[in-house]
Amino acid sequence: MQDLLDLVQFGPAGWGDEIAAGAWLTIRLAIATLPFGLAVGFLAALARNSQSRWLVGLGNLFTTVFRGLPELLTLFIIYYGGQMLLQQVVGLVSDTHVEVSSFVAGFVALGLVFSGYASEVFLGAFRNIGRGQYEAADALGLRAVVTMRLVILPQLLRLALPGLANLWLVLLKDTSLVSVIALNDLLRETQVAVGATKQPFFFYLIACLIYLALSIVSSFGIAGIERWSERGYARAA
Amino acid sequence: MNLDLLARYGQRMLEGLLVTVELVAISIALGALLALPVALARLSKGRLWRGLSFGYVYFFRGTPLLAQVFLIYYGSGQFRQALTAAGLWWLFRSPFYACLLAFSLNTAAYQAEIMRGAIRSVPRGQSEAAAALGLRPHQTFIKVIVPQAMIVALRPFGNEIVLMIKGSAVAAVVTVFDLMGVTRLAFARSFDISVYVWAAVLYLMLVESLRRGWDRLELRMTRHLGRPAKAAPPSGLSPGAAPA
Repeated sequence: MQDLLDLVQFGPAGWGDEIAAGAWLTIRLAIATLPFGLAVGFLAALARNSQSRWLVGLGNLFTTVFRGLPELLTLFIIYYGGQMLLQQVVGLVSDTHVEVSSFVAGFVALGLVFSGYASEVFLGAFRNIGRGQYEAADALGLRAVVTMRLVILPQLLRLALPGLANLWLVLLKDTSLVSVIALNDLLRETQVAVGATKQPFFFYLIACLIYLALSIVSSFGIAGIERWSERGYARAA
Repeated sequence: MNLDLLARYGQRMLEGLLVTVELVAISIALGALLALPVALARLSKGRLWRGLSFGYVYFFRGTPLLAQVFLIYYGSGQFRQALTAAGLWWLFRSPFYACLLAFSLNTAAYQAEIMRGAIRSVPRGQSEAAAALGLRPHQTFIKVIVPQAMIVALRPFGNEIVLMIKGSAVAAVVTVFDLMGVTRLAFARSFDISVYVWAAVLYLMLVESLRRGWDRLELRMTRHLGRPAKAAPPSGLSPGAAPA
């Protein structure tokens, strides 16, 4: 038991600091992806909710593709495909070798997957806001943009929050996939530790427990945000 | 379209697709078998059972599938002697079986939550009425609760299968030659990104056909409920419609 504890201590002898650095990268990647995924998901929901048949079709195609593809496949297509595409574009003007960083590839791929699901959540929330809200805003003389910002968005957020909270937890777990494209996240650092110590079960269990802890901490944060978003509503007993 | 590449890897990719389907079908079935007792434990009055099943569900839903696969496939190596002695080493040595085990345990946790939610959604009056009619508890469960719960569970269960199809791609990371595994191999040899696009099309076809088939199944299973006309979103609801 003491041997195992020595293995996870911080400093040059143990793997504690490496694993902590990996966990920190996992957190950073998830936090960086969130606003991107939310923004794209919201735009996709707006498109699917619009009057234009083209936009609706495009939005539907976007969500169908990114909700239907395995996350790992999306990641590979962005990582390798993005690399090739960028190389070709750069190749037009110079012959320098470009490389897509695995962090950026993970960020884009996870963001697209997140936005596919988020657009579904936003769309559901849009449909839950009564048309009376639009009519009332119209009667008050508010412009479309102001209506969206001051009337619809605050209600939309409250309605979408439970769904988005779920997606955050999914995102947190999906970040583990970037270890496959050699980004030094929590799972990857764990693999390195396993390679050196030959204690696979112990280290993977620790990685799982860290993911679990991240989920638990998130749940508390989410509960707090949900309370805040419902502060204007009387609670039914 | 690179026909040469298609000729070389097309057949193997279809075989990979079959492995994916196999992985998912077996995991979902085994997971369902395991999920029922877990769901019942979650609903039971015994503290110990409730605690154990809660821990199980929380662990498998709160950690990444890839980490679970690593834990089972690589982690079992630490217990090789004990597993060999127990005659179970074959199960953990093969990446296919290890994935099958990890996927089954994972989906069982999700399915247990679906079952628990569905069972709890049946109004209490149903079991009270059954008791008033003199049905025994297990008769009530089988003949009254389960048929109604199944209808509620149908949609989330379909979603879970879709998630499993997508999730099964991680098997490729531990060298299973499912659709994803074959595609990775083909890409590593050809450096032609189009193999990934073919794989994407195959996955999308699989997921979409399942989704459509599931929609029809749901319509059929709920036909006695008098299906409401498909609600089209009223056009006035869209923000674009709000005049400036």
